[in-house]
Amino acid sequence: MKRVPVLALVLWICLLFYVGIWIFLSGFLLVKVEVNRSSSCKDELFSKHDSSHTEHFCWSEPRFKRAVILIIDALQFDFARFDPEIKDPRHFQNKLGVLSEVVASRPAHARLYPFRADPPTTTMQRIKGFTTGSLPTFVDVCSNFGTNAIQEDNLIHQLGQNGKRVVFMGDDTWENLFPNQFHRSLPFPSFIVKDLHTVDNGILQHLYSTVESSDWDVVIAHFLGVDHCGHRYGPDHQAMADKLTQMDQVIRSVIERLQNDTLLVVLGDHGMTDTGDHGGDSQKETDAALFLYSPSALFTAGQEKALQEVVPQIDLVPTLAQLLGIPIPYSNIGKVMVELFALGSPEDQSAQERRQAEALWINANQVNSYLDTYSLANKDLSPVILAHLKDTFLLAAAEYKALFGVPLAGGPEHSSRVQALIATFQQYLNQVRETCQASWARFHPLRMVAGIAVLAAACALCFITSDFADVVGASYRRLLWIPVVCGAVAGGGVALWQFVTRSEVDVLSSLGMAALVSQLSFFWNFCRRKATRVFAHNPSDLLNAAADAAQHRPALTWPSVPLVIFFLRCASLFSDSYVVAEGRVATFLLSSLAIYIPVQLNWAGRLLLLFEAQKSTPTCLPPQPSTPAASSSYKKESLTLLGCTGFLVASLYASHSFHGCRDEQGGCEPSAFLTPLSGLRDIQLRNFRYLLSVSSIIAWVCLVRRWMRHYGNMNSKSPAVLVARFGLPLVAMFVCLYWAMSSAPYEGFGNLQEVVKLALLVFPRAVYVLFGLGVAVVCWDPLMVFLKTRKEPATSLLPPTYRASTGVSLQAELQHLIPHIYQRMRKSLRAGEREGAGREDDGQPTVEAYGLGTVYSAPLLLVLALLGLVLAMLHPEGLMLSFMLLLLQACAILHMHSAATSLSTPGSRAGCFSVSWFAVLMWGLAATQFFYSTGHLPTFPSIQWNSAFVGLSEVHAGHLAPALLVTLNTFSSQILFAVSCPLLLLWPLVCESTKAGKRGRRAGEGEDREEAVMEMRLRENPDRFSTALLQLGARYLFIHGAQLLASVCAAAILRRHLMVWKIFAPKLIFEASGFAVTSVCVLLGLALVMRVDSAVSDWFKRLIPDHSR
Amino acid sequence: MEPTTTPVSATQQVKEKVTMKDIEIKGMVSAHCIIAVSIVMATIVPAVLLDDFSVYGTHLVWLYICTAGVAAVNIAIYTVLGVSPPTKKNTLSHKVTKVSKSCLYFMFSCLLFHGIIVLYGAPLLESASETFSFAVLLSTFTTLRCLCILGPNGQAWIRVFSRNGAMSIWDTSLQITTASSVIGAWLGAFPIPLDWERPWQVWPISCTLGATLGFVAGLFIAPLWIHWHRKQLTYKSK
Repeated sequence: MKRVPVLALVLWICLLFYVGIWIFLSGFLLVKVEVNRSSSCKDELFSKHDSSHTEHFCWSEPRFKRAVILIIDALQFDFARFDPEIKDPRHFQNKLGVLSEVVASRPAHARLYPFRADPPTTTMQRIKGFTTGSLPTFVDVCSNFGTNAIQEDNLIHQLGQNGKRVVFMGDDTWENLFPNQFHRSLPFPSFIVKDLHTVDNGILQHLYSTVESSDWDVVIAHFLGVDHCGHRYGPDHQAMADKLTQMDQVIRSVIERLQNDTLLVVLGDHGMTDTGDHGGDSQKETDAALFLYSPSALFTAGQEKALQEVVPQIDLVPTLAQLLGIPIPYSNIGKVMVELFALGSPEDQSAQERRQAEALWINANQVNSYLDTYSLANKDLSPVILAHLKDTFLLAAAEYKALFGVPLAGGPEHSSRVQALIATFQQYLNQVRETCQASWARFHPLRMVAGIAVLAAACALCFITSDFADVVGASYRRLLWIPVVCGAVAGGGVALWQFVTRSEVDVLSSLGMAALVSQLSFFWNFCRRKATRVFAHNPSDLLNAAADAAQHRPALTWPSVPLVIFFLRCASLFSDSYVVAEGRVATFLLSSLAIYIPVQLNWAGRLLLLFEAQKSTPTCLPPQPSTPAASSSYKKESLTLLGCTGFLVASLYASHSFHGCRDEQGGCEPSAFLTPLSGLRDIQLRNFRYLLSVSSIIAWVCLVRRWMRHYGNMNSKSPAVLVARFGLPLVAMFVCLYWAMSSAPYEGFGNLQEVVKLALLVFPRAVYVLFGLGVAVVCWDPLMVFLKTRKEPATSLLPPTYRASTGVSLQAELQHLIPHIYQRMRKSLRAGEREGAGREDDGQPTVEAYGLGTVYSAPLLLVLALLGLVLAMLHPEGLMLSFMLLLLQACAILHMHSAATSLSTPGSRAGCFSVSWFAVLMWGLAATQFFYSTGHLPTFPSIQWNSAFVGLSEVHAGHLAPALLVTLNTFSSQILFAVSCPLLLLWPLVCESTKAGKRGRRAGEGEDREEAVMEMRLRENPDRFSTALLQLGARYLFIHGAQLLASVCAAAILRRHLMVWKIFAPKLIFEASGFAVTSVCVLLGLALVMRVDSAVSDWFKRLIPDHSR
Repeated sequence: MEPTTTPVSATQQVKEKVTMKDIEIKGMVSAHCIIAVSIVMATIVPAVLLDDFSVYGTHLVWLYICTAGVAAVNIAIYTVLGVSPPTKKNTLSHKVTKVSKSCLYFMFSCLLFHGIIVLYGAPLLESASETFSFAVLLSTFTTLRCLCILGPNGQAWIRVFSRNGAMSIWDTSLQITTASSVIGAWLGAFPIPLDWERPWQVWPISCTLGATLGFVAGLFIAPLWIHWHRKQLTYKSK
């Protein structure tokens, strides 16, 4: 048994996957840490260097008291431009005539700019962008995952802080982002993309009356019609022309109603492509329009340029803030639009410049303090660049103080210095934005491609390992250590080179290089190994190889139907509709696979359902079952298979009743079992539900114990058995008590409230402790075998009987234990006694070992039972039913697998431990399916946050333990199925016993026939055992890894898709974390089996000398 | 003498068999064409005769007409052709039992299909009539043909659907059409979750259309496939 190489191989494969995921995500997900500080008017602009001089954010008089902000969703710049030379305008051209009319007629009052958004160009991200002045990324690491509300400082927050009354109307996304922050709010549903008019007409009903009234300071109106029109018809459609004409009218009407102290801002949050989509970073998607207008003069006359320079979207934030006289939001990195501050008489150049310099100075100060705070919180900005930026800022600050700190100086020299200072500030702010953009707002195509390459190679490697597990396992030195060494050398080389040339190390590139090189080296070595066929040196190896080749032929020609189903499963990850309906897709595919198995067996003539009468026509009977006994066992097996299939499909159907609901699924009701019991009003219903959960937990414990008792694992006094006897029921009891306590209403207890609180902490902790103890005990001594030695009378000529006879224990007798004898042990005993002993049995100690047949699966099952209870405790109480269903369904799959194995490979299967793709695929699909059936969804709001504090006091829990609990809760299905993965290998051997036993008994002469050695077969062939474990692990990882690869490719290919940040990216994150959890658990499961194996070896070593004396 | 005559007779036998098979295949082609035409007619004729008839809009009407048409044509053709297994007793009572048994089998298969479809994810209570109609359609495409060709004999059905179980080209065609109808219905479920909002994505239209298309495809594939493999196909005598 090669333990370390197998584990090392699987671990290496896992690490390759991790590196691939990490590289891809670093190029795809742009991470930024949110700084939860907000500016206020009291923030001092001058830092400690100069305390004598204090100026504040709001020291100057605001230019405008009020503002009307009209957001026209997806207003591309081309829509807003007016070009009279176009003879035959397309539907989206030349419809917003008002903008250019006003710009032409009142150049000092209005201006139209191209307005460039940062990707991702989706509405919610953009709203975040032009209110916070920051670059929102997909994963804004913030303190609270559960809500969509913006945590960072933003314009709306500042407006509220400074007493401005904000009236909002339009897209209800705002209401989610800024809950309860508006003076008045009229949200309209944004979800129905087909609906062009509801939102706009709703706004128009209220807009004009609001503007005419005086009950507001800022009006925000967000029109969705243009965007929806683009999604539905594309830009070049009559409906778009109508919509833009309507918007033209709206802008005209608003302009008519404006007063002198009011600023009008018309902006598009993003553009759209020629097909009407948005989300990506092409110029048509990013370039929107920005139109500024005020009845009082905005600009210095005569300064308008023919071609307006592009305004980055975030620049609006400091500009608006300063125009309205509020502090710039803390996290803003935008640059103020200086031409708006060059006010005053055209002659007084220096006053204009002074105003501009002041605006920039305030802006630069705010950006500088933000960068200071941010670089403390996160290190993703390069320190070299940060230091450079700091230097620039300090120089400019000194210059500013020198110029304006002293009483007014004049002269041309002063003016040129001021101009240089303005340029320096602008340059500084531009550099800051570019630095942050490079770090936060751009996909890295190279990293994405590299990540996909590493992942694809890891999948291929996994597949090769699973199909040539014997080759890989036999020559692991060449196929594992050499690639690892090569990879380490390559990665180290890259790191060293980087260190030498640039004196900093990019971990990602060196890791990626290491992974790729080691994978290439593996493929190279594998091909050479295959080509040269090294094993030809040793004849026995050759035999093995030939046998393996024969066995592998069916495995190599992958059975087409699982391939098709698996392909469909992976392909479904490329469609948003299928990802939304994934729970049902997995169920559908799983039941298809389940039904296909009996059909396929029948097609191959292996399924014996033909009735007695049919035996007279042997032409259509398969030739294998000759004896009636074998035939009847075949029939039994076939019936088991059919029964399990039916049960599996029915339980798949039943598992639908535990599903949750996504936002995208219309008309879906989340399962009633997902509400915790404490949320139920009806006491009777609550009691009934509680009883239901308790009875299923009892059933869970009883089933596991019954199984162990049936296979004789409950007899000995070993600590593991004690865990099964007492630990398991105790854990179940504590879980039930915890549920009882948590579902009790607080008010009802009065004085006992403290007790309830204490109990809520104590019971889960007791469960954790018992679980930890149980697992530790099982790892320390995993044998659940009861050994009985007996001296046969010396004269006895009878062969030793291996039946459960008297004297075991009263309990064992009562429970009709079936002993399982390890026959080979007897032989090895003889061998231990040397050849001199001859063939006589007399005087030999006969050893009866109970539970040896399930020596591997019993501890695994025990750990799983404990784990399942702990995981169930983290869920709402009602989901215990789902866990029970999971157990039964897993059992059905295992039985189907073993029945199908024994039906399709009749006769001897000793030494052939290969687990078919069928079974592994079903196992993987079931893991996905139960992810949904435990009420989870791949979206962030649906994470069950309640589980974070089960058994933890909320005050001093820290971060690690809640995160662990939430992970356990979210991926409980993946964890259970991954840890129990080795059961797929063990179960056919376990099921072998009943058949063999019966066959033996019926034949009447148990001795000469093949004994049911069950899992001892594995011990007899340690090499094949480790090969089989390696193969199983690699296959299971391949199933999950290929799904991950599909998900990654979907996210990469569809990164411009409308739904990428809503569906594909969360799905990718859940898939990736699910894979990480799965792989760790697969490793743990394999390690547990190997620990049992080593314990069994020790046990035999102790046993044999003991008895041969 | 014997060594020389046997091969000759053997080749003659093979030739006879092949010609027999050719005739049979021709018969099958015509039978299948008639069934396919009946499906087409079930779509066209009501559209001409009935007002506001459309396959999507009044789907159930189309479904019933199609089912009835296919069932009638199937029964008629196979009675005329006489492919069903010869019965020893040809009495009236025997025939009555056989027919009633067939009806029972058919009902049972409808219920079974209904159950399977629901287990595959069809709504349980709402649109139960649609689901059942779909089950009837599927039974017509599969069970009814089994009944016509094999008679109400469960063991024969199980035998037919194994690799070596076909005993005539009709059995082979049965295998092909049944598999293709079921696969068509299975594939028909795929577009349902998509958000295209087309009229044919409504349950059970895509599945019934898939099953029908699969069945028609099976009708054409079966003779072609048998013709292609007529050398390899050897049927054991009953």
